[in-house]
Amino acid sequence: MATTTAADFRLDPVSGFKIHKTANTLVKWNAFAAVVFLLVGGLFGLLVALTRMPSVQLLNPELFYMALTAHGLVALIVWVVFFEMAVLYFLGAHVLNNRLATPGWAWTQFWLMLIGTVLIAYCVVIKGNSSVMMTSYPPLQADPLFYLGIILFAVGALIGCFVFLGTLVVAKREKTYQGSLPLVVFGGVTATVIAVFTLVSGAMVMIPTFLWSIGLISHIDPMMYRVVWWALGHSSQQINVVTHISIWYFIASLVFGAKPMSEKVSRLAFLLYILFLQLGSVHHLLSDPGLTSAWKIFNTSYMLYLAVLASMIHGLTVPGAIEVAQRRKGLDTGLFTWLRKAPWGNPVFSGMFLSLLGFGFIGGVTGVVMSVEQVNMIIHNTAYLPGHFHGTVVAGTTMAFMAVTYWLIPVVFQRKIALAGVAKLQPYVFSLGVWVFSIALMGAGTLGVQRRHADITFAGQPLAYEYPEIAKGLMDLGEIFAVVMSIGAVMFIAVVLASIFAGEKIPEGSAPWPKVEDADVVAERTGKHHVGAWGMEAPGTFVLAMILFVTIVLYYFINFKYLSTVWGLS
Amino acid sequence: MGTSYTPPAANWYREPVERTEIWWIVLAFSWCLFMFAWMVGWHFVGPQNMNNEAYKTTPEAFSKKVADMQAKYTVRKDTATGEDVVAPPPGSDVYLAAMQWQYRPILELQKGQKYRLHMSSLDVGHGFSLQPENINFQVYPGYEMVISITPNKSGTFALACGEYCGGVDAMGHHTMLGRIYVKE
Repeated sequence: MATTTAADFRLDPVSGFKIHKTANTLVKWNAFAAVVFLLVGGLFGLLVALTRMPSVQLLNPELFYMALTAHGLVALIVWVVFFEMAVLYFLGAHVLNNRLATPGWAWTQFWLMLIGTVLIAYCVVIKGNSSVMMTSYPPLQADPLFYLGIILFAVGALIGCFVFLGTLVVAKREKTYQGSLPLVVFGGVTATVIAVFTLVSGAMVMIPTFLWSIGLISHIDPMMYRVVWWALGHSSQQINVVTHISIWYFIASLVFGAKPMSEKVSRLAFLLYILFLQLGSVHHLLSDPGLTSAWKIFNTSYMLYLAVLASMIHGLTVPGAIEVAQRRKGLDTGLFTWLRKAPWGNPVFSGMFLSLLGFGFIGGVTGVVMSVEQVNMIIHNTAYLPGHFHGTVVAGTTMAFMAVTYWLIPVVFQRKIALAGVAKLQPYVFSLGVWVFSIALMGAGTLGVQRRHADITFAGQPLAYEYPEIAKGLMDLGEIFAVVMSIGAVMFIAVVLASIFAGEKIPEGSAPWPKVEDADVVAERTGKHHVGAWGMEAPGTFVLAMILFVTIVLYYFINFKYLSTVWGLS
Repeated sequence: MGTSYTPPAANWYREPVERTEIWWIVLAFSWCLFMFAWMVGWHFVGPQNMNNEAYKTTPEAFSKKVADMQAKYTVRKDTATGEDVVAPPPGSDVYLAAMQWQYRPILELQKGQKYRLHMSSLDVGHGFSLQPENINFQVYPGYEMVISITPNKSGTFALACGEYCGGVDAMGHHTMLGRIYVKE
């Protein structure tokens, strides 16, 4: 068994984390790779946006389909999964004052994912024979190396999951923590369980597809491919959700000294994710032939919407924890004093809270409605889809990852945040961009604009159909705000690169951040045990949650109203 | 003492749950149950549902069905393209083929009448998208999906493709079209 000495660690004086230097190096490399790929994926996204703007149409269709394939893979998969590897190692090692298990395997994870990414990029961008979109549905066929790249990437990520699990075993055996796992690490375990399911599904679908592309298998059933592929495609987004929710809890504690309102409730909500979240893969199969409605309804509802319940719980308990902490620290007046007096100029907090709002109101509300079996028929595969999932993956996940990066740079890279003024504004610019983009594309999709079209005017076609002017206007508006989103992403990348390469060094032993007192320690000192109003500790959060509730209910029935006016279908 | 990144108190599972959370969980779970019941219920009372009738087929077999229907029920030439317009009788089986990069044949239906629409692809995956109604289905090669449709409006309807199906500059996913005329 490997042994570690005191020299292998350094102490973070603020969080109290005993930081394993090897683990820290791996967190750094994975996070750095993630940010580089965010830049690459974002640039392809900008090209896509400028082409889908009906009044610009920058790229010709062939280049557009190439750019869209590259954007989907790099931004949706590569950026987030590299970042998630950094988060898992951080949770298993740093948070538990622990060493990283099997660093050699962790490096294997890193290099396999990198080689996989390079292979994918080579096929899509340089060879140019793999414009099959991220989803790569057969019988459309890509270069064999394209599938091999995805397989290597997935195997790398799977190794990373097991390194994380091994690290937990080490922590337990070497007693680096007492009692139950901290909530954020429990969230990491949840994400890992889902990730293993996801990546094994990915292997089950990608290995036969690879064999088919080199001629060893004659036929891939296109429907079976979709059924299994979405156990990879959708579930990978569930890893993102669980990870960014863990980050919300983490930031609530870092910035406010907040503790979870109830460990029991938050952990139960994570458990509901493990049990039911995966069923959501069927959201993509609701208008497919050959699957029964009973099967679709059971799965699309995550069995009685129990995973939706879990998300609604986290959506309340994270801001609720912040509210209780703020009230205990003396801001126990009115409904929203706690929120008004929050540090809105600190991008760690503002990014996290914007992620919470964006994910809940844009990604969450629309996700619940569009996954109704019948409503899906008037939404499936329209521009509504990219609108929706930018509300989850970009407004939610990416924004949360950016927010926690601002906190991580001083702690992990031991550098002060450079360009602090840019960092302060960045979450607002980025969120404004993605929120308007999402809403505009969902509007255009509701009016029928289809996704993945290089040109929505059907120029020169005898049977051409003309979308309503307002739909084209919405596409223009949405894509203009996609440019705003890109500016926000560039601001983030500039801050990260400037900080880690030119930021002021923080000497070992110095505080990376000012110390934040735990709210319950403050309450103990001041004797402020009973906070809140109306018999609730977090009445302001309850009001916010009720606004979300009313939004969902209204939006749900608006969609059924619209559905009830279309052609009869039975 | 207590944060989300430190281990919880030893008896965390015995700590009482505060009222904000209890109320919210009750409310949220009630809504979850309602949504589930409503989605099931719409199958019984709602006029827009999928019946999930589907068969295995082949591009050759399906093309033949399309050709047979076309031979029987062609009523005129389309003014835009000069192609056959096929008007199968109400209540009959209507065959629509998706292929790179068009939907054929051009159909003519009657408002308020029910038709059994069969859809399949002759090559790669496509997406049936009826505009401006915005009704969307997935279409595969090898699978024949049947859905009963009852047009409730008259006019000219377009079929666009919702699933990326390849293509080059001049022709491709973005130029894939079909047409359905609905007569009063």
